[in-house]
Amino acid sequence: MGDWKTITVPAPSSVLDSKNTSQYTSEKKMSPSSLNMQQVLRLPLPSSKSTHSFFSAFCTEENVEQSISYLNRELTTLGFPSLYAESKGKELNLISILNCMNELLVLQRKNLRAQEEVEMQHLKLGSDMDHLQNCYAKLKEQLEASKREIVGLQERDRQLQCKNRNLHQLLKNEKDEVQKLQNIIASRATQYNHDMKRKEREYNKLKERLHQLVMNKKDKKIAMEVLNYVGRVDGKRGGWRTDKTEARNEEEMYKALLRDYEQCQKQLLVENAELRKVLQQMKKEIISLLPPQKQKPRERSEDGIGPVLSDLEDDVGELNKENMWELSCETVREQLTNSIRNQWRMLKNHVEKLDNQVSRVHSGALTDKDVISREDHELETEKLELEIQHCKEMIKTQQQLLQQQLMSPCDDDTTVLLQDCYLLEERERLQEEWKLFREQKKNFEKERRSFTEAAIRLGLERQAFEEDRGTWLKQQFLSMTCDSKYSENVKTQSATSGSSDQDNHLMNTRSQQKKPRSLSSVPTSAELCQTIQDTPYSSSPCAISNKTTEESKPNQWEEIYKEETEKCFKM
Amino acid sequence: MNFSEGFKLSGLLCKFSPDGKRLASCVQYRLIVRDVNTLQILQLYTCLDQIQYVEWSSDSLFILCAMYKRGIVQVWSLEQPDWHCKIDEGSAGLVASCWSPDGRHILNTTEFHLRITVWSLCTKSVSYIKYPKACQQGIAFTKDGHYMALAERRDCKDFISLFVCSDWQLLRHFDTETQDLAGIEWAPNGCVLAVWDTCLEYKILLYSLDGRLLSTYRAYEWSLGIKSIAWSPSSQFLAIGSYDEKVRILNHVTWKKITEFEHPPIIANPKIIVYKEVEKSATVETQKLSFPPTRALASSLFSIPSKYDVSQVPMSLQYIKPVADRANPRIGIGTLAFSPDNCFLATKNDNTPNAIWIWDIQKLKLFVVLEQLCTINSFQWDPRQPRLAICTGNSKVYLWSPAGCVSVQVPMEGDFQVLSLCWHSGGDSMALLSKDNFCLCYLEREESNIHVLCKQSRHERKVVSLEMK
Repeated sequence: MGDWKTITVPAPSSVLDSKNTSQYTSEKKMSPSSLNMQQVLRLPLPSSKSTHSFFSAFCTEENVEQSISYLNRELTTLGFPSLYAESKGKELNLISILNCMNELLVLQRKNLRAQEEVEMQHLKLGSDMDHLQNCYAKLKEQLEASKREIVGLQERDRQLQCKNRNLHQLLKNEKDEVQKLQNIIASRATQYNHDMKRKEREYNKLKERLHQLVMNKKDKKIAMEVLNYVGRVDGKRGGWRTDKTEARNEEEMYKALLRDYEQCQKQLLVENAELRKVLQQMKKEIISLLPPQKQKPRERSEDGIGPVLSDLEDDVGELNKENMWELSCETVREQLTNSIRNQWRMLKNHVEKLDNQVSRVHSGALTDKDVISREDHELETEKLELEIQHCKEMIKTQQQLLQQQLMSPCDDDTTVLLQDCYLLEERERLQEEWKLFREQKKNFEKERRSFTEAAIRLGLERQAFEEDRGTWLKQQFLSMTCDSKYSENVKTQSATSGSSDQDNHLMNTRSQQKKPRSLSSVPTSAELCQTIQDTPYSSSPCAISNKTTEESKPNQWEEIYKEETEKCFKM
Repeated sequence: MNFSEGFKLSGLLCKFSPDGKRLASCVQYRLIVRDVNTLQILQLYTCLDQIQYVEWSSDSLFILCAMYKRGIVQVWSLEQPDWHCKIDEGSAGLVASCWSPDGRHILNTTEFHLRITVWSLCTKSVSYIKYPKACQQGIAFTKDGHYMALAERRDCKDFISLFVCSDWQLLRHFDTETQDLAGIEWAPNGCVLAVWDTCLEYKILLYSLDGRLLSTYRAYEWSLGIKSIAWSPSSQFLAIGSYDEKVRILNHVTWKKITEFEHPPIIANPKIIVYKEVEKSATVETQKLSFPPTRALASSLFSIPSKYDVSQVPMSLQYIKPVADRANPRIGIGTLAFSPDNCFLATKNDNTPNAIWIWDIQKLKLFVVLEQLCTINSFQWDPRQPRLAICTGNSKVYLWSPAGCVSVQVPMEGDFQVLSLCWHSGGDSMALLSKDNFCLCYLEREESNIHVLCKQSRHERKVVSLEMK
């Protein structure tokens, strides 16, 4: 915006200078870069002079009309009312000029504010941008790191897979090797057997040949020299080998076998008998062990194994017990095994029950033993619970305090800040800033108070001044009633010309003066109203009185005040 | 414990007669028969050559002396000293000779196992059995002497022939499912024949007397198999020692494995008692015994008394790593024997040649381990009670019984290394054989001359050394 001003400002001068304008326009047409160059070239000239002189250069005594018309044109194009009273007349409409100026100023201010806002926003956005860029960079780094990690992991995975494959291959190779070796062993075995057989055949052939050579030859040497034959051990004579002897041998062999088997059977029988005895004894003992429980399960399993049992019992009752045991047929065996199993089950249940009881008693005893320790334990737990409660309370109070601290400066901004997901550190920082801010605010309030006081004083002074001026004007009016018309004209002229310059200047300076104050001190609306009310009250009586006599000067004042108030409001 | 004086001996040929009355011993070509009690020479026979084998007939009336080099067997009678019999196998040669159980027949195996000749002392009859198999144990007689089993080989197949010993009639002839049959052994009850295959294959077959295959047992494949077997005296168990350093015990009902006895070189179970033979004098402790013990070392050990200590378990036995690339490796259970009451089994693992393992058969557990200072040459159970005699080629004899064990110095002059021993059938004496001498060792109820007695009660395991003089 500020740049634009400097650029637009020389335009009217170029308009006036026909040569310049042509040059300027031609140059303008050429290229924007060249324009910039021009500006750079041209700018030092006006900048060397003061702004005031520059403005005066725009409007001189000679080109007042032209500049007015130019301004009029410009303003009309911008949508402002015409500066002239009539559409084609040359008379200036002071009010519209003033309005335009005011509006322009307002606009200017608005623009300045907008610019500031925009700049602020720009800054904000810039910082946001930076932050985001940082974030982006960080994330990018993270991404890269994770990518690297992924690549690393993939590499490791690949290596492991490779290893696994190698191992698989090795395993397979080993298996193959084993298979091969087994095959080799097998083939070797068969080959060995084959060779052995071949060798053995050869050997047998040789043996046969040797046998023939050695045995068939009537070897006189192969003989037994014996003094006299001795009798047999049993004293009998050796019988001839006949079928009868063969049969007898067979018989004897089978006899021997039978003897052996009989012996075996006898042993087994003895073993069986012993085992039976043991079984019987066991059964008896089991039965004697289970007299009370015997009834219940039998009643319970009446339809099941019960009848068999009872039948068996009946059988046992009928038969002699000893005889029953000697029976070894299938049915009895089955019954026996069933009954034994049943009884065993019962015994097991009983034992389990007893075990349970014992364990219960044991556990009871254990608890009895543990009473003292448990009391201790309870005491300890109580203590601990108390401690916990204490701690909880502490935490609660701390939390409350914290919340109070947080809630007390709970303005819109803070809520916004809170709503924003700021980190704790940032929040702390902000809180510190808040503290500072509050202190500043206090200071400002002090200042404002002094200011209001000053304003009141000023109002009083002005009242006095107005009164003085009223008296002075009265005197003037009374003294110079004759040429009032002329003087009025002059006054208006001077007012318009002078005010346009001076007031502008004044306003500028005032605004400049007021600006920091208005920026720094943010008075509450009520206080502001008070100050405003204070001022009109103090000024209105005189203004009303003045209006009747003179409109220009009070108007000026009023304008200034209005502007001030507006400023105040807008800030 | 008393010792007789020493007598000359050659070829470790010294045998008690089956009736326990006489003792035959050989010195070169002379056969000397003594009275067991008085040790007086009853008879002295002179053979044609140096005697290589001696065997009493079952009725203790005859004694055969085999001279394999000459192919001659000479038989002497105790009743008729002038009676003589000479069997000449001539050019066929002779590699083995034995009595038949009736004591009236002699079975001679010719060279190359061409045939077995059965000579009778009663008749002129001579029988020939062709195709006997040359193997570890090819002939087996039942304990009652009624039957003989013979391993045969025909057309590359193994057969078993069962003969009735009384008239040498062939009772059964059947082939066996073996690759290369290695041995046969009758059960003491004479009704079951165990047949085992060559060491290349772990296979044992059990045949009934009538030739039926009762069962086959194979523990594993592709590895060296059976090395030795032993029947329990009750025929109830069959213990099989194999090259994998294990003993497997089969039962006689189902012929399935009951248990497996491993022989690890490290004994960790604290319930096992390990008796370690230690030299009594502390000075010799530095001289570590080498294997095999040199002569010098053995003679230096000669006078050093030793005793048994109960070792702290876990302990490790002296272990020999077998040479893998040579045939018949020194590994596996080479010898095993049941005690006569069936209660114990003594085994020897050939990789730990200094140790004897005694297993409790009633509990089927390892009971005791004896670790000797020298390599064990032989061990034998007392035929009457659970008492084990061990000799290790030094001048001591070792006895173990469930009550404890003792190391006994043989009070012999000169170098007397006990290489072998044999119990008298009565169980109260035994012959200790060295290379050139033998002596008798009498065990009495009052053991008076024991140098070291290591008594051990099963529960306390306390070592009590008693010096009894």
